[in-house]
Amino acid sequence: MSSHSLHVQDLTVSYRRIPALHHVGFSLACGSAVGVLGPNGAGKSTLLKALAGLLPIETGRITFHGREMKGANQEFAYLPQREMVDWDFPTTVRGVVEMGRYLRVRWWKRFSQEDRLAVDAALEAMQMTALQDRQISALSGGQQQRVFLARALAQEAHVLLLDEPFTGLDQPSQEGLKLVFRQLREQGKLLLISHHDLGSVQELFDQVLLLNGELLAAGPVAEVFTQENLTRAYGTRVFSKIDHGLAT
Amino acid sequence: MDWLLEPFQHAFMQRALVACVLIGFLNGFMGGFVMLRRMALMADSLSHSLLPGLAVGVLLFGLAPMGLFFGALSAALVVALGAQLLARGARVKEDTALAILYTSAFSSGVVLLSFVKVRVSLLHYLFGNILGVSNQDLWLAYGVAVVVLPLLVAAERPLQLLLFDSSVARSQGVPVTLLNIGLVVALVLTMLSSLQAVGVILLLGLLIAPAATVYLLCDSFPVLLWGGGALGVFGAVSGLWLSYWLGVPSGACIVLVLGGLFCIAYLVSPRYGLLPKLWKARHFHKESLARWEHHH
Repeated sequence: MSSHSLHVQDLTVSYRRIPALHHVGFSLACGSAVGVLGPNGAGKSTLLKALAGLLPIETGRITFHGREMKGANQEFAYLPQREMVDWDFPTTVRGVVEMGRYLRVRWWKRFSQEDRLAVDAALEAMQMTALQDRQISALSGGQQQRVFLARALAQEAHVLLLDEPFTGLDQPSQEGLKLVFRQLREQGKLLLISHHDLGSVQELFDQVLLLNGELLAAGPVAEVFTQENLTRAYGTRVFSKIDHGLAT
Repeated sequence: MDWLLEPFQHAFMQRALVACVLIGFLNGFMGGFVMLRRMALMADSLSHSLLPGLAVGVLLFGLAPMGLFFGALSAALVVALGAQLLARGARVKEDTALAILYTSAFSSGVVLLSFVKVRVSLLHYLFGNILGVSNQDLWLAYGVAVVVLPLLVAAERPLQLLLFDSSVARSQGVPVTLLNIGLVVALVLTMLSSLQAVGVILLLGLLIAPAATVYLLCDSFPVLLWGGGALGVFGAVSGLWLSYWLGVPSGACIVLVLGGLFCIAYLVSPRYGLLPKLWKARHFHKESLARWEHHH
């Protein structure tokens, strides 16, 4: 049993001034894949973005290996939803992966041998070496996800935050991505993955965070992913929506 | 070869040539940032808002270049920052705010210029005259190039992160706000250096067209910047040369050449052009028909 390395205490986050997550607390160990589940508007993306430092936090603290994470850092890598990326940007697969090293290299300095090797290794690990000179719009959905994973690897990030990575992928790409996640987990990375397909939770994740504006349950899939908890997360949501006149 | 070099035997054409090289490169290089940051509309607004600044400059200091420079600079900065502030109100979006701000600024420029006692033509500021650039104008363009280009080159990697995904860049520690302001200031300086040559209205063509053309031909950020600069020089010099022989206004001729080059790239670019795409679709269609017939 490895010691827990990511601690979140009493985290409250607002999205456009409206609190979207209330007093969330959990602890997670490295080397695991964690599913972030909950109905639409439950705060899945908000949680990932807050961890990535993309949204300001109102209360609470986030610590990683005992160090408080405040603002910008290289330990966490956020992988945006695919439709949020400008795929026509003039860059190649290798170009995107190199971006993971940009902040390790001083602005005016050239890439070192070490940087190049890190980029090579990241491309190799994600099986993108053969496609490294492709423009990024000329890739399949699964390949596009792997490019951003490779960028996170080149950045030497330890916590990978993925926003709905399986959305819009065909079956073979989904299978490929599952294998990649298993491999990253074995390397000791901590993956937090927001996900909406409840049917594949058991094969994908070893831990689950169940959200609905607050944290309803957290822990191993076998303990937390129960009918009772799901009813609490998805069932109550229906009523609360009606109560608030469907305001989201 | 005489026909090629003859225009440049005149002193005013030599000065115009130097101006073309300097501002062609500056604008072409800057254009890549403007396009990827989606600042084209903002650039348009800024260029129009230079006019009231020029008018105030003329009213206060006469036609002294430094007065014009600081007048235009402050007007552009007021509009740029004003748009940001107005857009903070959330319901009115930035493009709407800019449209109102810059037409108002432009109109106040027109009104102010009518009060100016010095003989100064509105047309001159609208369309510029590259044949009339003074040595001071050239020094200004040179100074801007020497300050702006090395900074943009030094910050190329963080700027690329910002342009690719500004929110992720911010979370990783890229000084996003500082770089954004830096880009706007660089843009305004670039415009000021080109004002005398191409005027308020045509500025935008010289700024955007080279980068947009190269964008259709390459998949590399550095190539976009340097290629844009090179194409800007080529377009400006050949436009100047053509205008000499055709006896037409040089600024318009330069923008037309650049626009023409963009159209060619739009049609025939191997990867992103219209014609290769149509040809590929046709080819694919024929192939699949043939395969179908083969099977049956």
